[in-house]
Amino acid sequence: MIQVEGVTKRYGPKTAVSNISFEVERGEIVGFLGPNGAGKTTTMRILTGFLPPTLGTASVAGFDVGKSPIEVKRRIGYLPESPPLYPEMEVGDYLRFVAAIKRIPKREISRRVDAVLERTATGAVRDLLVGKLSKGYRQRVGLAQALIHGPEVLVLDEPTSGLDPKQIIEVRGLIRSLAGEHTILLSTHILPEVAGTCGRVIIINEGRIEASDTPENLTAQLQGANSLLLDIEGPSEQVRERLELDLAVRKVVEHEARNGRTVWRVEADKDENLTRRLAEAVVTSGWGLYGMQSLGLSLEDIFLKLTSDESAAAQAEEVVPEPEAAESEPPADEGSESGEGADE
Amino acid sequence: MRNIWTIAMREFKVYFTSPIAYIVLAMFAVVFGYFFTSGLAFFMDYSASVQAQGGAGAPPLNVNQFVIEPSLGNMSIVLLFLIPMITMRLFAEEQRSGTIELLLTSPLQDYHIICGKWLGALLLYGCLLLVAVLNLSVLFLYTTPDWKPLLVSLLGLLLMGGSMIAIGTFLSTLTRNQIVAGALTFGVLLLLWVLNWISSYETSTFSRICEYLAISPHFEQFSKGVIELKDLLYYLSAISLGLFLSKRSLEALRWKA
Repeated sequence: MIQVEGVTKRYGPKTAVSNISFEVERGEIVGFLGPNGAGKTTTMRILTGFLPPTLGTASVAGFDVGKSPIEVKRRIGYLPESPPLYPEMEVGDYLRFVAAIKRIPKREISRRVDAVLERTATGAVRDLLVGKLSKGYRQRVGLAQALIHGPEVLVLDEPTSGLDPKQIIEVRGLIRSLAGEHTILLSTHILPEVAGTCGRVIIINEGRIEASDTPENLTAQLQGANSLLLDIEGPSEQVRERLELDLAVRKVVEHEARNGRTVWRVEADKDENLTRRLAEAVVTSGWGLYGMQSLGLSLEDIFLKLTSDESAAAQAEEVVPEPEAAESEPPADEGSESGEGADE
Repeated sequence: MRNIWTIAMREFKVYFTSPIAYIVLAMFAVVFGYFFTSGLAFFMDYSASVQAQGGAGAPPLNVNQFVIEPSLGNMSIVLLFLIPMITMRLFAEEQRSGTIELLLTSPLQDYHIICGKWLGALLLYGCLLLVAVLNLSVLFLYTTPDWKPLLVSLLGLLLMGGSMIAIGTFLSTLTRNQIVAGALTFGVLLLLWVLNWISSYETSTFSRICEYLAISPHFEQFSKGVIELKDLLYYLSAISLGLFLSKRSLEALRWKA
């Protein structure tokens, strides 16, 4: 549904996004996780046709963003980081205006407005001025705006930023309820957020994609698991058996084939000597060891970097599965709002 | 076309949900009312004295020439101050509040947005013209002014205002600060206003170019009820240039945003 290939975006000498590629399948909810200034907003703006990429191509629902922007824009609902609301309009009028510029036929506009008002539970504020709304309602009206033309793809930039814990739960629930009908790409810098809503997570840092996996796997790695890539020349079955022999190793999978060799991904408990032991094992068995790369550690490093003030909340969620406990990250949210400039 | 109209109607309504429309309309009503009243007073005084001198045989003075023409001619000075107030918010406000992201990620062409905004501002300007017409219509109650030159003057004013609004629209895309946009617009319009002054003292090619580029001399023929091709072309080119520059500026905005 969404395809991004080798997209780079430079602002003068500064590279905001560097050669990133990823895909999002129909119906998936994918979380875009990264610290402020990592390039999340830039990537989303490229997808929505707001910014042209410096290099590379992006396509949505089979339409190239650069070549047929109008077709793409018809199929995308976009909620920017600060909802694009006109404070001097009433909610109902605002939605009618958005519906019209999203090219919804005139006779259908009323029906659509009613539908999204109900969907986002904003019917009560229909006749209020947008400028008078609370932050939570503004976010919902922002969502209503993104939904009004029934887009196949929803791009939500930090949909819960700046909300209080109760509002965060409501908005997350709303996003989850949209799954299935829409393909959703949402960005956040909060780990529990993706754990709660997304089927897959793409971690982006300093303009590069660092990892892409399910939240469960990522969380497993966070909790002290270790993951290695081993480039080995040797008989597959025996190599696998030998690797699995090590006590710390939990799982061995073929990662890719390279020049007749196999790159294995080994997932293991945290163990300082693991790399040395595995290297010894391979070499003493007479196989060739062409490369060894520790994934888990670097991933953890990224996470520490990403979520330094978030890890407490993440752990709280692990211990107490109450949603309230998990949502207790507003302090981190506040910290984030000041530093958004780098993303622009 | 529907897209342009949607944007235009939103802009037009916003003027009336904010104080802008009321301030602009009130200021205009007062100032134009004053022009008109003083013009009329002068006319009464003058025609009385002519009648006294020439007796009953003198031809009656022309209302168009003595009242309508000067009032509408002066009106263009008021525009110098009012147009920046109308246009400064058009794009600057969208950029500041981030709503420009909504417009630029909607299935619209850039020209839909630009023409829509220009048209919205032009509609408010049309309301100013209505106020002027309301004043002038009093004349029709007591005398019989020629309505054809009046219509041509109104067309001229519409074109001149349209040009000024197009320039203001462009300057508003350059900044996210409304005050800056307004000040720039006022500065540029003022310059275009006084550009022909030099031609009164000099007759070089430069001063003739300046005279042609100045915005107000092109209205003179319109105010007399004459449509000249060069004036028509001047205003239409000014409008096109303003809107074209706005489009380029909007494209640049995407690259630097």
